[in-house]
Amino acid sequence: MQEKVVGKAPIRKEGLGKVCGRAQYIDDLSLPGMIYGATVRSSVPRGRILGIDFEPGIPWDEFVIVTATDIPCANEIALINHDWPCLADGIVNHPEEPILLLAHPDRHLLPKAVAAVRVRYEELPAVFTIEESERVETVVWGTDNVFKSFLLEKGDVDAAWAEADLIVEGEYATGAQEHLYIENNGAIAVYSAEEGLTVWGSLQCPFYVHKSLVKLTGLPEERVRIVQMETGGAFGGKEDYPSMIGAHAALLAMKSGKPVKIAYDRAEDMAATTKRHPSRTRHRTAVTRDGKLLGAEIEIALDGGAYSTLSATVLSRATIHAGGPYFWPNIRIRSRAYATNCPPHGAFRGFGAPQSLFAIERHMDHIAEALGMLPEELRRRNFLKPGQTTTTGQEIREALDLEKLMERALAEADYYDKRAQFDRENAAAGMKRKGIGLASFLHGSGFTGSGERYLNSLAAMDVTAEGRARVLVSSTEFGQGTNTILCQIAAEALGIDYEAVEMGPPDTSVVPNTGPTVASRTSMVVGKLVQSAAHGLKQTLLASGLLSDRYTTADFHRAAREYLAQYGALRSESRYQAPPGVHWDDEHYHGEAYAAYAWAVYVAEVTVDLATCAVTVDDFVALQEVGRVLNPVLATGQIEGGVAQGIGWALYEKVVWNRGRMQNNQMTNYIIPTTQDIPPIRVFFEEQPFGDGAYGAKGIGELPMDGPAPAILNAIAHATGVQFDAVPLLPEDMFRRIAVREPEVVAT
Amino acid sequence: MNPQRYRLRVNGDVRTVETHGMARLLDVLRFDLRLTGTKEGCGEGECGACSVLMNGDLVNSCLVPVAQAEGTTIETVEGLGNDERLHAVQRAFLECGGAQCGMCTPGMLVATAHLLKKNPQPDLEAIREGLNGNLCRCTGYTRIFEAVERAVSLAGEERA
Repeated sequence: MQEKVVGKAPIRKEGLGKVCGRAQYIDDLSLPGMIYGATVRSSVPRGRILGIDFEPGIPWDEFVIVTATDIPCANEIALINHDWPCLADGIVNHPEEPILLLAHPDRHLLPKAVAAVRVRYEELPAVFTIEESERVETVVWGTDNVFKSFLLEKGDVDAAWAEADLIVEGEYATGAQEHLYIENNGAIAVYSAEEGLTVWGSLQCPFYVHKSLVKLTGLPEERVRIVQMETGGAFGGKEDYPSMIGAHAALLAMKSGKPVKIAYDRAEDMAATTKRHPSRTRHRTAVTRDGKLLGAEIEIALDGGAYSTLSATVLSRATIHAGGPYFWPNIRIRSRAYATNCPPHGAFRGFGAPQSLFAIERHMDHIAEALGMLPEELRRRNFLKPGQTTTTGQEIREALDLEKLMERALAEADYYDKRAQFDRENAAAGMKRKGIGLASFLHGSGFTGSGERYLNSLAAMDVTAEGRARVLVSSTEFGQGTNTILCQIAAEALGIDYEAVEMGPPDTSVVPNTGPTVASRTSMVVGKLVQSAAHGLKQTLLASGLLSDRYTTADFHRAAREYLAQYGALRSESRYQAPPGVHWDDEHYHGEAYAAYAWAVYVAEVTVDLATCAVTVDDFVALQEVGRVLNPVLATGQIEGGVAQGIGWALYEKVVWNRGRMQNNQMTNYIIPTTQDIPPIRVFFEEQPFGDGAYGAKGIGELPMDGPAPAILNAIAHATGVQFDAVPLLPEDMFRRIAVREPEVVAT
Repeated sequence: MNPQRYRLRVNGDVRTVETHGMARLLDVLRFDLRLTGTKEGCGEGECGACSVLMNGDLVNSCLVPVAQAEGTTIETVEGLGNDERLHAVQRAFLECGGAQCGMCTPGMLVATAHLLKKNPQPDLEAIREGLNGNLCRCTGYTRIFEAVERAVSLAGEERA
C-alpha cells in the first residue's frame, strides 16, 4: 500500500509556536503570587554535616527554608535503587549535593542568601576516579564501591587463546560529557490541600517524576500531577534530574503554600546535574593471521558518580554493545559500574553504547594494524551475518548485509582514493596531515531484554469536540520530533490528513503511561501502539455506521462529532505486547537483547595540523539502516545533530574535574561545536522495514552518537601514524604525545 | 541605586520600564515587557539564544544593561513576523527542519535576519561566519544552513 503521510516531511507540529517565539518553556511561565526557589549545595566531596549556620545580614524570616526534615514521606529520588536522597540528611557524598532549599519573592536576593548559609562539615575520605574506586581502599558505597556488575559469556574463550596466531590487547578511555541542552533545568510547583500537587517542568519522562513525587510526598497517585512544558533539548539529561528539581520545587510549594519556581542558571546546571559516564574498557583479542576473530575478553568499567541512579542500565547497554557488529564465536565480557564522589552520572544519548563502541572500533583498527591488514578488510571478514548470533546469543533473522552497507559508505566517502592520496601526501611530511577512518556499529532499539514487557506501556487516541483525532501518550517532544512522527503515524492509520491530528497535552492527569521518552523507543514502540490505537478508533467509527468505507478527512470529522453526540465519548487504547518468540534471560544476559537493531557505517576525513595539534573534520559520511524512515527531514536532523555531538565528544568537550567538582561549568570554557566547526555531514539511509515497528520503523535517536568518535580517532591515527585511544582528544592532549617529536624532514 | 525610567522602541512600539540601570536588557524584555520569545541560554554572551537587534546591530541581550539601551530601537523574534504573516526566515526554518527543540531558534532567526540584511546572498562560508555566535545543540547546524539558503530564495520570490 502506498502511504500518504508516513515517509513525508510535513511541518513540525509545534514548529509555528517555536519560530514565532510563542512556545512556552518553563522559565516563560509565571503564576500569580509565585516565589522563587534556590538550592544550598555541598562544597565538599564527602563529609558529615556538623551544623548549618545562617549568617547575619539577610532577612531570614522572609524566607521559606526546607531541609530533609520537611520531607513528608521518603527522602528519595525514586529510580532503580533507593540510595539517592532528595536532600542530604547528615552526610554528603558529592560536591553540589543539595542540602537545603530557600525561597523568596525577590529572585535577586536568592544568590546572596545561598552564599550566607554556612554548612560545617567533617570531611571524609573520597574517591574520584575508577582506579581509586576499584582499589577499595576507601569504601564510599555499599561494601565494595560496585553499583552493578555483569558477566556475559558465549562459547569457550579460554580455549581460543591457544588457537590464536596473534593476541592483541588495548585499553580505551572516554570522558564525561555535558548535555548542554540550550534550556537549563527548571520546574514550577503548586500545592493545596484541596487540589493536591502540580509540577510543571522541562522534562523527558512525566511518569518518572510522578512516581518519584508520590514516594516523596506520600500523596495518593491521583493527587500528583506532572505537566511537561516545551522542553529546550534533553539528550537524556532530563530523564532523571527533573525528579530532583521537581521534588525541590514541590517541597518549597508545600511548605510555603505558594507557587514556587526553580530555574537553574547555566553554571548551576552544569555543575550539579548529570553527565555521560566516564569509562575505561580493556580488550584482549585472539585472532588468526587472516583476520578471523576467534575470541575476546572485554572488561568495562564505568564511573557512576556518588549514587547508583541509572548506572545499572547504562552498564547493561554498554555491555551488550561491547562486541560491536561482529561475530564472536567466543567472548567474555565483565563489566562494573563504580561509585565515586562526583555528582551522579546519568543518561546521555547512547546510554553506555558510545563508550563501549568507541573501544571496540578503535581496537579493530589496532588489530588490523597488528595484522598488517586494512581496517575495512578486517571488518569485512568478521561482520555479523544472518543466521549467526550476537554476543548475547541473539540470532540475526533480518536480511542484514553489513558488507554492502560498508561498501556504500566507503564509496560515498571516496574512501579508497582518498586513503591512497593521503598516504602519498603525508609521506611528503608537511605540517598538515590528512587521514580517513571508519567505524561500523549497531544500536539496539527500545528497552533492553524484558524492559518493554515490564513497562507495559499504554497509548490511547480520542477525538476532540471538533471531531479532530488526538494522540494521548506520555512520550514527550524535546526537539527530536515526537509530536510530528506520532501524528503522522496516527493520520496514516486513520486515513486522514496530518493536519487533522493533534497531540494531547503531556500531562499525567490526561494521558496514559506510555513509558519514558528514552532508548530510541518512541517511533518504533510507542508509534506501533499509536498505530494500533488509531486502527481501533477507525474500526469503532466504521462499525457504528457513521463512517463508510471510503471517506475524506471532512467525513471523519463529521462522523467523530456525530459519534460524540450519540455516545458521549470516543476513545481507543492499545497496550504493549511482546513480539512472539522473544526470549530473554536476565540472570545470564542471554537471548533477544533488543527487538531490533539499527546498523551503521560512518566515515570521517580529518586534517591534523602538527604545529598546533588542531584537528578539523573536513567531511563526514553517515550511512545507516534504521528500518523505514518515517520522516526524512526529522530523521536526517537526528543524525546530523548526533554526529555533531559525537564530534564534540571526540574533539572539544572536556569536563575538567577538581575533587569531584566540574571546574569549567560555563559555556566559555566547556566548548561545543559551532557553525564553523562542523564539516559537511552527508546522511544516507538504507531502508529495511522492521515488521514489529510502526510502519517499519526502528530506533534512530541515539545511533548517531556512537560512530563519530571512533571514526575520527581512526582517521587521526591514519593521518599521524600515532594511536590515540582516549576521548576527548584536545590539542593539549595530542601535544603531549606528538609535538615533542620534530617533524621529519625528507632529505633532498 | 534607585530605579529609573527607561524608554525603548520594541518591535515598533514605544515602551517604558522602571528598573535599575544595570538590569539586563534580556530581563527587561522577558520580565518587564513579558516578551518571552527571547531566551536565556548561558547568561555570559556565549550561546546567542538571547540575540536581539539594537538599532539594527546584533547583540546578546544578556550583556546589555538597560541604561545602554535607553532610546534605542529593539527588534526581537516577536517582531519578525507572526502566525498570519511569517518572515521568510521563519518560513524557511519551518520547512527545512531548522528548529528542533526551539530554544536557540529565536536568537538564530534574529541573527539570520541580520545576516541577510547585511548580505542578501551569503554563500555557505558567510552563513557559517554570520551565525557563529549562535549555538545549537540539536541540529548539527546543517538544517539551519539549508534554512538560510531557503530563506534567501524565499526572500527573492517575495521581491519578485
